[in-house]
Amino acid sequence: MVPSNCKYTKDHEWARLEGEKVVVGVTDFAAKQLGDIVFVDIPQLGTKVEAGKTMGVIESVKTVSDMYAPVSGKVVARNEAIEGDPALVNQDPFGKGWIAEIELANPAEFDRLMTPKEYEEHVATSGH
Amino acid sequence: MNFPEPLIFEMSQPGTTGFTLPELGFDEIDPADHIPGKFLRTTLPLPSVSEIDVVRHFTRLSRKNHAIDVGFYPLGSCTMKYNPKVNEDMARLPGFAALHPYQPEATVQGALALMKDLEYALCEITGMDAFTLQPAAGAHGEMTGLLLIKAYHYQKKNKKTKVLIPDAGHGTNPASAAQCGYEVVTIKSDAHGGVDLDDLKAHLGPEVAGLMLTNPNTLGLFEPNVEKIAELVHAVDGLLYYDGANLNAIMGWTRPGDMGFDVMHVNLHKTFSTPHGGGGPGAGPVGVKKHLEAFLPCPRIAFDGKKYKVVAKAKGSIGAMRTFAGSFGVLVRAYTYITQLGAEGLKEASSHAVLNANYLMARLKKHFLLPYDRFCKHEFVLSGKPQAAKGIKTLDIAKRLLDYGFHAPTVYFPLIVEEAIMIEPTETESKKTLDAFVEALEKILHEIETTPDLVKNAPHTTPVGRLDEALAARKPDINFFQRPAG
Amino acid sequence: MSSYVPNTDLQVKEMLATIGVGSIDELFAEIPASVRLNRPLCLPKGLSEPETVRKLTDLAEQNISTAEAVSFLGGGVYDHYIPAAVNHLLLRGDFFTAYTPYQAEVSQGTLQAIYEFQSLMCGLTGMDQANASMYEGGTALAEAVAMAQTQTGRHRVLLPETVHPEYRLVTESLLPSLGAKLVSVPMEDGVTDLARLAEKLDDQTAAVVVQYPNFFGRIEELDEISAAAKRVGAMLVVVANPLALGLLKPPAEFGADIVCGEGQPLGIPMSYGGPSLGFLAAKTALLRKMPGRIAGCTRDVRNQRGFVLTLQAREQHIRREKATSNICSNQALMALSATIYLSLLGEHGVRTVARQCFQKAHYLRRELEKVPGLSFPFHGPFYHEFVVKIPGAKKVLDKMAKEGVFAGIALQRWYPALADCVLVAVTEKRTVEEMNLYCQLLGGLLA
Repeated sequence: MVPSNCKYTKDHEWARLEGEKVVVGVTDFAAKQLGDIVFVDIPQLGTKVEAGKTMGVIESVKTVSDMYAPVSGKVVARNEAIEGDPALVNQDPFGKGWIAEIELANPAEFDRLMTPKEYEEHVATSGH
Repeated sequence: MNFPEPLIFEMSQPGTTGFTLPELGFDEIDPADHIPGKFLRTTLPLPSVSEIDVVRHFTRLSRKNHAIDVGFYPLGSCTMKYNPKVNEDMARLPGFAALHPYQPEATVQGALALMKDLEYALCEITGMDAFTLQPAAGAHGEMTGLLLIKAYHYQKKNKKTKVLIPDAGHGTNPASAAQCGYEVVTIKSDAHGGVDLDDLKAHLGPEVAGLMLTNPNTLGLFEPNVEKIAELVHAVDGLLYYDGANLNAIMGWTRPGDMGFDVMHVNLHKTFSTPHGGGGPGAGPVGVKKHLEAFLPCPRIAFDGKKYKVVAKAKGSIGAMRTFAGSFGVLVRAYTYITQLGAEGLKEASSHAVLNANYLMARLKKHFLLPYDRFCKHEFVLSGKPQAAKGIKTLDIAKRLLDYGFHAPTVYFPLIVEEAIMIEPTETESKKTLDAFVEALEKILHEIETTPDLVKNAPHTTPVGRLDEALAARKPDINFFQRPAG
Repeated sequence: MSSYVPNTDLQVKEMLATIGVGSIDELFAEIPASVRLNRPLCLPKGLSEPETVRKLTDLAEQNISTAEAVSFLGGGVYDHYIPAAVNHLLLRGDFFTAYTPYQAEVSQGTLQAIYEFQSLMCGLTGMDQANASMYEGGTALAEAVAMAQTQTGRHRVLLPETVHPEYRLVTESLLPSLGAKLVSVPMEDGVTDLARLAEKLDDQTAAVVVQYPNFFGRIEELDEISAAAKRVGAMLVVVANPLALGLLKPPAEFGADIVCGEGQPLGIPMSYGGPSLGFLAAKTALLRKMPGRIAGCTRDVRNQRGFVLTLQAREQHIRREKATSNICSNQALMALSATIYLSLLGEHGVRTVARQCFQKAHYLRRELEKVPGLSFPFHGPFYHEFVVKIPGAKKVLDKMAKEGVFAGIALQRWYPALADCVLVAVTEKRTVEEMNLYCQLLGGLLA
């Protein structure tokens, strides 16, 4: 299940353009790989994130994974619902399990992300 | 054992106590006259329980544990050998247990002699030149060793930023290196389970402070290229660290010091039979070659031919890794063990640890995937991939073993083997026990074919069934006084 | 000699046959000849159990322990009475021969005990959470400071002179690798000099450390130190004696962010300084910055209450180089001792021990004030340790030791300005007779 209205990173984050902002989260594939997610460390409002660099941490029962920013920019919204109920990321990774909203600094970065089709192929070759 | 046990707080009956003291014998003063009221405590939320109820509570809790004294504990990488009872008696002799660390030197000569003698024994067993007994555990020993490496490079004005660690290494290795400010570089394993020499060469450079290696490695395989590895690492003035977690495989056969290692730790709570205590205390003495001795932490113990002395400070020392000379009570136990085994006994222990592991491996390899089919040392790693293909995870097999009265092996480690099952029987188990363990596994394999749900839902006979770890982490309930709602 | 190998020669033969080799030696064949040890280990021959006991007993008897001498030694390790039940319960093999509770279903005893330990430490300190233990007081402080660094993103740490000198040394040895900049703060009358502390505080300060009671037994102005730390956004790290908290207000009530310390007073033998018990407790905000193991309460598939190790993603076996700490083995059995000790004593017992320690230390101090030649460098509130200046202290201490009294710790080794000053600790175990003997001996030696 790879929504067509998003773009993707090789590290399994998704990004959806909404005006000049980009909503980001992790993909269904990533959520399944992690297993029961127990905690998401979401960057504080105003944090400047850089494409390809760590922007947060996702913790499951048996593993922990860095979340990389798909695009550079300032964090303008955080999904506080997943702080209280991190299972939302497992249940609805592209919807209620979104993680943060970034004010896009460089639109070219968004364009460079993987298309749904490219990402599907990437997942198919990622093993498992 | 399947009875619910209340929390000690739930047993509290205000007014009860399990403890008495004599009267003071002089007139009391009012603390408020001597300590300002703002520092005096009002409420103290501790339980009030009678002695018999406290004794029953902890006795009942203890019965919910598996332990070496209860049954086979083939936990790979942990060396769960028998913990001799005499060790406990010796550590509790008042002449040891009732020593204060700041007593005058003249009153602790026996303790210092024991520690010095233990240092000599560890030097001889490992081929190192000097030991510090201070580190409190294996990971603490690693940190000590890395700080020694750092001090060495600092003195030589070497600019070193990286520590190399094979992908099969213990999790503590990279964590310790990071705590010491090093960047961690992972080195691949080769097709035989050893260090991939090409990958090692590709990562060796002037910035490499050292390599941390376990030998035999966490697959239980001896690294035959160890001399070549030492040569390569030394060529860039890197130092070789030996993680002593697997020393139980080689005592009396070969020594890290002779393989080219510069610094190492020993886990007294593995190889030298001191109990794990449900997670500690351990002790992780660190041995070094001559060129690192001056950096060892203080206090150190010196002997002038007549008297033992505590050397509190030394020039060049990395400082103190903890308070006092070490976990002395653990040292007494290890010393008792070495005294009892002696030279031949230690070699015999390793010989039989290896024999037991190879025997189990020979019997089990037809049932599981054996990714590296060589003679192992004290432990070996199977893969439960064939079973996983049938929908039974390694975790399920591990849990079902609990129903047969065995502790599970280490599972999902090392990370380089899928569905890893890491088995370390140790030398203190009999063939009979090993056979019973094989039979239990064979029965489980049969169950996988006939009644797979029995395995998937295991364990069935333990005090509790599988626990909701996600719930535990999502709504942490870790303090009785602040339990989450609901 | 015994190596605890149970197999008979016949069984060994059968095992070798199953493996398909003729001898054990063949199993070691891949060890290159160049690194083999081609001689027996140069160690004494193994001894039978009775011989071993004799050898160890001989060594033990070369020591003069506090079971024979009367101890007024403290400095973080104290001669408290340990109820008999503690050791009996500790000697249950199902506790002390268990491993880390990784298979929770067969480790409920250990796990529940850890949960109780965490809760008891929270009860004593007033903090929100505690971990399953650290090695000992010094390393617990180093970890606490490292936590404060990670949480604040700052690296300057104020470490007053009144904190145990060995804890400071451990912190100084371990933390510079993590970028910490440790700054000493001088003392005034045996407590942290508040004016100097204020001068050294800045907006780059991660933490202010304070010991409670401090190394000299003195009670620091925790409220003022806390307020000063908060003003610059620094964390307050309190090193506490857990048993003193039976009398003293919990550090949480002064705004402590992290409380750590040495748990040896809680039913653990002194054992020449180890194994002892580091403890670490903190505010909820620091939950994911905690090092070490934490047990949590949850439900099982049958909906029964059960316990597991939780929040493990912080730890080295999962997070490797990004872990909050490298700690793996901790001091679980010592934490169990503390749990049993605190359960036996309960609220009444802990209050009684703390009160008697206070009362007896003040009694001895009053009696010593009557001994001519002595002086007391510090004035002000203290708990169960105090400093006395004894002319020719070193010789006097040696002579007192020969008379069977360990009279205190000479402070000069750490504090050159405190020449002839001795740190004296009094626990509930000391009797009036022993304290009077102390005064008589000292009076006699000084006369």
